[in-house]
Amino acid sequence: MAKGATASRTRSTRSRAAASSEPEMVQLLTPDGKRIDSARDSYGTEYTVDFTDDEYRGLYRDMVVVRRLDAEAEALQRQGELGIWASLKGQEAAQVGSGRALRPQDMAFPTYREHGVLYCRGIDPIMPLGLFRGVDQGGWDPNEFKFQMYTIVIGAQTLHATGYAMGINKDGKVGGDDGEAVIAYFGDGATSQGDVNESFVWSSVYNAPIVFFCQNNQYAISEPIERQTRVPLYQRANGFGFRGIRVDGNDVLASYAVTRAALDQARSGEGPTLIEAYTYRMGAHTTSDDPTRYRLANELEEWQAKDPITRLGTYLREQKLVDEDFFTTVDEEAKAAAQHLRERVLTLPDPDPVSMFDHVYPHGSPEVDAQREKFTAYAASFEGSAH
Amino acid sequence: MATENLTLGKALTMGLRKAMEDDPKVLIMGEDVGKLGGVFRITDGLQKDFGEERVIDTPLAESGIVGTAIGLAIRGYRPVCEIQFDGFVYPAYDQIVAQVAKMHYRSQGKVRLPIVIRIPYGGGIGAVEHHSESPEPYFIHTAGLKVVTCASPLDAYWMTQQAIASDDPIIFLEPKRRYWEKGDVDTSAPASSAYPLHASRVARPGTDATLVAYGPMVKVALDAATAAEEDGRDLEVIDLRTLSPLDLTPVYESVRRTGRCVVVHEAPQTLGTGAEIASRVTEECFYSLESPVLRVTGFDIPYPAARVEEEYLPDLDRVLDAVDRSFGW
Ligand SMILES: Cc1ncc(C[n+]2csc(CCOP(=O)(O)OP(=O)(O)O)c2C)c(N)n1
Ligand SMILES: [Mg+2]
Repeated sequence: MAKGATASRTRSTRSRAAASSEPEMVQLLTPDGKRIDSARDSYGTEYTVDFTDDEYRGLYRDMVVVRRLDAEAEALQRQGELGIWASLKGQEAAQVGSGRALRPQDMAFPTYREHGVLYCRGIDPIMPLGLFRGVDQGGWDPNEFKFQMYTIVIGAQTLHATGYAMGINKDGKVGGDDGEAVIAYFGDGATSQGDVNESFVWSSVYNAPIVFFCQNNQYAISEPIERQTRVPLYQRANGFGFRGIRVDGNDVLASYAVTRAALDQARSGEGPTLIEAYTYRMGAHTTSDDPTRYRLANELEEWQAKDPITRLGTYLREQKLVDEDFFTTVDEEAKAAAQHLRERVLTLPDPDPVSMFDHVYPHGSPEVDAQREKFTAYAASFEGSAH
Repeated sequence: MATENLTLGKALTMGLRKAMEDDPKVLIMGEDVGKLGGVFRITDGLQKDFGEERVIDTPLAESGIVGTAIGLAIRGYRPVCEIQFDGFVYPAYDQIVAQVAKMHYRSQGKVRLPIVIRIPYGGGIGAVEHHSESPEPYFIHTAGLKVVTCASPLDAYWMTQQAIASDDPIIFLEPKRRYWEKGDVDTSAPASSAYPLHASRVARPGTDATLVAYGPMVKVALDAATAAEEDGRDLEVIDLRTLSPLDLTPVYESVRRTGRCVVVHEAPQTLGTGAEIASRVTEECFYSLESPVLRVTGFDIPYPAARVEEEYLPDLDRVLDAVDRSFGW
């Protein structure tokens, strides 16, 4: 009978998880803009934030700007100026909250959607547009900004992040305030990849100073989260031997607080944490996608009521941290940033074709050199012709 | 007669549909193949008609897709795996190369794996990195796998069905940039009328030089042949269709007549399909050759950013340039 009891317990857990539309998660700002003083995770850790008025306003500004830049990039794609765009719309709080939680010495390993984190790292927002326009494959210096290249192959970067974190351990850069930590970004779909699971094993075994930041935006292209898991994703961490926490990913305050705490634990030698930022992809997967084929409009409406920007705006207003001019000014700033982005995208030059032969190897290769030479001669044979 | 003018993509869909109707053991599995119908819509409507048990949206893991396909095949199913893009097949590489390819051999023929692994491949669609690659040499190089690629809607329709019906594990390469190109397909014709799966075919007869191409490059070769008419050159074009095993008999026959051979593919040059063909043609047609076998290929570099891919990909001009060089030898 013991067996049967176990099975039915499992079943009832599952149906309970499925039945509750608001899963348990760390939240400091409710969808209607009410501040919760502090919140605990299931390990008893307490989270709160202690921001100055300016810092609250700053987070709001960040989110508005990244959403506006994102909308501009999407428009540029529609106008044929970008090949494709992967929108972050709906995930601003998860990205700005976690991005602002990073300390300068921390290293981030993004997917292809982390435009908000990129912005927080101080990288010119034009940078990812080169990749999506097809003029380069990611133009910033990953070491200068402590933000690695975008990774399109799902999950691959989580192992790189783990290895980097192992290096921090080896360098003795854990413990103390100058300790370093790593954050690896990935999506709900990515959690099925072998690489991601291997990165969990490695980081656990080597107690790596890493935070796995999974934005569960409910979809991997068309596949809903049920195709990847039957347990809440954050609970997977327990099986690997480290903490797993679900945070309201549409709450910038909680996203900040949980990430900051997890990074600080990592840098002080307490090992990895998996953060599941529970959020929603408001737009299409990319501009190539048509979400009407696989999801209903009322789902989007539900999530619009939990919009990350609106709720912080409400809070700012109700706490009288801002006047109405503030919102106008931020909108204008965002608009100007978008306009500036647009102007520069339009003038991004196409690469010189011969440059495709550059940087294949640090030490070069006579074979590549020979092909470059032939190509140059061939291209020159068209010069002056109508071609 | 039910001759329809279909896109290559639609012909693939109809071929898959027919295979599923013909054999209840045929399964489709991959990322987004269900409601979405795949990112290229090749499995469009199949889940609706055959159900979630037969058209399976898998978790996001390519090694898992192919690895579980092996188990399903052992259990008597005929899985058709979709890999979303060429650049995402590598997580499944171990399962394909170390497992799929070897089981029949290791079991001394007791275990058959009638698996088809469909991969949209090649460039020319302005995509970001990992979406434009030509990984065929890795698979051709692996004994135990068969590798085919279609270039026309007619072949797309029949070759899918033939590949699924075959007990060999087959890498089925789909020239993604040709998905939208149209051709006539008689869907009521009997299967026995279809051209064999593992056979090359003369796509355009000619007398002066032989162009060998496959998949997305067949159209480039045909266009080059049309353009060459202006120079008074009559080029023969051979569509390889099967890359493993290679069927070079029509190539030898052609080169013995023309004396000149140019191989065209998108994959990088070194150790590519062209190298193997050049070697075999040289051996078989040595005394007929007027010039060395030439190759027009991608360069030995990672696939470049989309805005320069036109320069990377073999095009009509580069093919004609090679033809000129062959004649000028
Ligand atoms: C190895 C690999 N397989 C398939 C893809 C194609 N692909 C791109 S994004 C995506 C879904 C990713 O979902 P998720 O991890 O939830 O991230 P999200 O896009 O929702 O942010 C897929 C299947 C890929 N990029 N890499
Ligand atoms: Mg997702």
